[in-house]
Amino acid sequence: MNEYVETLPEIRWHEPGSSYDVVIVGGGGHGLSTAYYLATRHGITNVAVLEADYIASGNTGRNTTIIRANYGIPEAIRFYQHSLELYQGLEAETGAAILHQTKGIFWVAHTEMAMRTERARCQMNTACGAKTFMVSPAELKELVPQVDLTGGGRYPVMGASHHVEAATARHDRVAWAYAAGATARGVHVVQHTPVTGLLRDGERVVGVETPRGPIAAGVVLSAVGGRVTRMAAHAGVRLPVRTHPLHAFVTNDYAQGFGPIFASTELSCYVSQTERGQMLIGAEFDSQPSYSRQSSFAALRGYSYKITRLLPFLRDLRILRSWAGICDISADYSPIMSATDVDGFLVTTGWGTWGFKAIPAGGEGMAELIATGRPPALIAPFSLDRFRRDHVLADQGSAGTR
Amino acid sequence: MLWLACPRCGRRPIDEFTFGGERREVPDWITDPDERDFDEVWVFENPDGVTTERWFHSFGCRRWLTVRRDTSTDTVVEVLA
Repeated sequence: MNEYVETLPEIRWHEPGSSYDVVIVGGGGHGLSTAYYLATRHGITNVAVLEADYIASGNTGRNTTIIRANYGIPEAIRFYQHSLELYQGLEAETGAAILHQTKGIFWVAHTEMAMRTERARCQMNTACGAKTFMVSPAELKELVPQVDLTGGGRYPVMGASHHVEAATARHDRVAWAYAAGATARGVHVVQHTPVTGLLRDGERVVGVETPRGPIAAGVVLSAVGGRVTRMAAHAGVRLPVRTHPLHAFVTNDYAQGFGPIFASTELSCYVSQTERGQMLIGAEFDSQPSYSRQSSFAALRGYSYKITRLLPFLRDLRILRSWAGICDISADYSPIMSATDVDGFLVTTGWGTWGFKAIPAGGEGMAELIATGRPPALIAPFSLDRFRRDHVLADQGSAGTR
Repeated sequence: MLWLACPRCGRRPIDEFTFGGERREVPDWITDPDERDFDEVWVFENPDGVTTERWFHSFGCRRWLTVRRDTSTDTVVEVLA
């Protein structure tokens, strides 16, 4: 036994019942955290989370595990900052080790225009509670000695914004912590049970169809990642969402250690060190939508080219593994947490490349929406009808992936 | 990696092209004019299967192509002129 195994949370598995107050489709971070907060904050435990594969097998287990709140619009900053703070207290609250580490993130700028953007970001983030400060190239070199300030002669570093509370956590352990907390309170988490359709009573959604039989539900929440367009279509809901693959890879162990999270929004690449010592690198999602999880040599080559300009030491490492996730990108690059026009059917989607950091606050908000019927102030701006009301939350520049 | 057979330039790597979005029609069953406008502006069909889309040959002949691509495997089915 080692520490990794000894600290595994205990999850109680269940066979699916025939009827629940709430059925959550998708056993990723958002589905499980919603179930957890329904049970802990609202005492609603007659809940099932149905997962087509195993929990966290989708994007929850495929992302680059960065937790940050340095977004570009006040609604998003407040929401992600709350999520970041929930993450800071998650080990204490659930008793599960999620390997949370506060590291700070540097976003470097290579042009005068990017510097202006980062200065504005610092002002707005700090005003909304997410501490972010500018650092000069000399200060950056002191804090991250490995950086090449000339950017390989091609992408000179003019400065960076430093979002000090940014963190990482072990992604599958976050899902397990929520699953353990939820199942301990009576929630059913059912794996290998895909939802193939929705049960309707007139317009209303009253349950789900699965290969193991129909399951009745007071409310159905789609927390599906990747195939949400099809899930919503079962309810007759049409979504402003496209699904794009995003690739990531890890290198072999970097023994010298690399403390912070390091990113360039202009080059669309970001890197951090995992708790196992591997360097974890991600970049932009593919421009064309696709449901393929095949990672490509072209992506690896592109990412490697960019990130080694800034951190030349990465050239000496080898790529160990690569993979891809499929991200639901909403039309305004902000998430959708909302009731829909169809009674009994809610969605939490559009999590694109920013879903992992939002797992606690997204789940907490959706749980309150389900329990009270009204969205709490933090998630109310992210309703689906914002596209009809001309209140889109355009925040493409903060994704760091495009 | 994806390659596209450009009718003018031949078989070229996808890096030379810019994705121009899915080519879609608002479904006939949506009849309300406002709803049709909304659907046209905001909704994506986002199919898991063969879709018709536009690609621009930015670093080639600088012409638009219509491409049929299978999104479940990310493979090109057919390049139309």
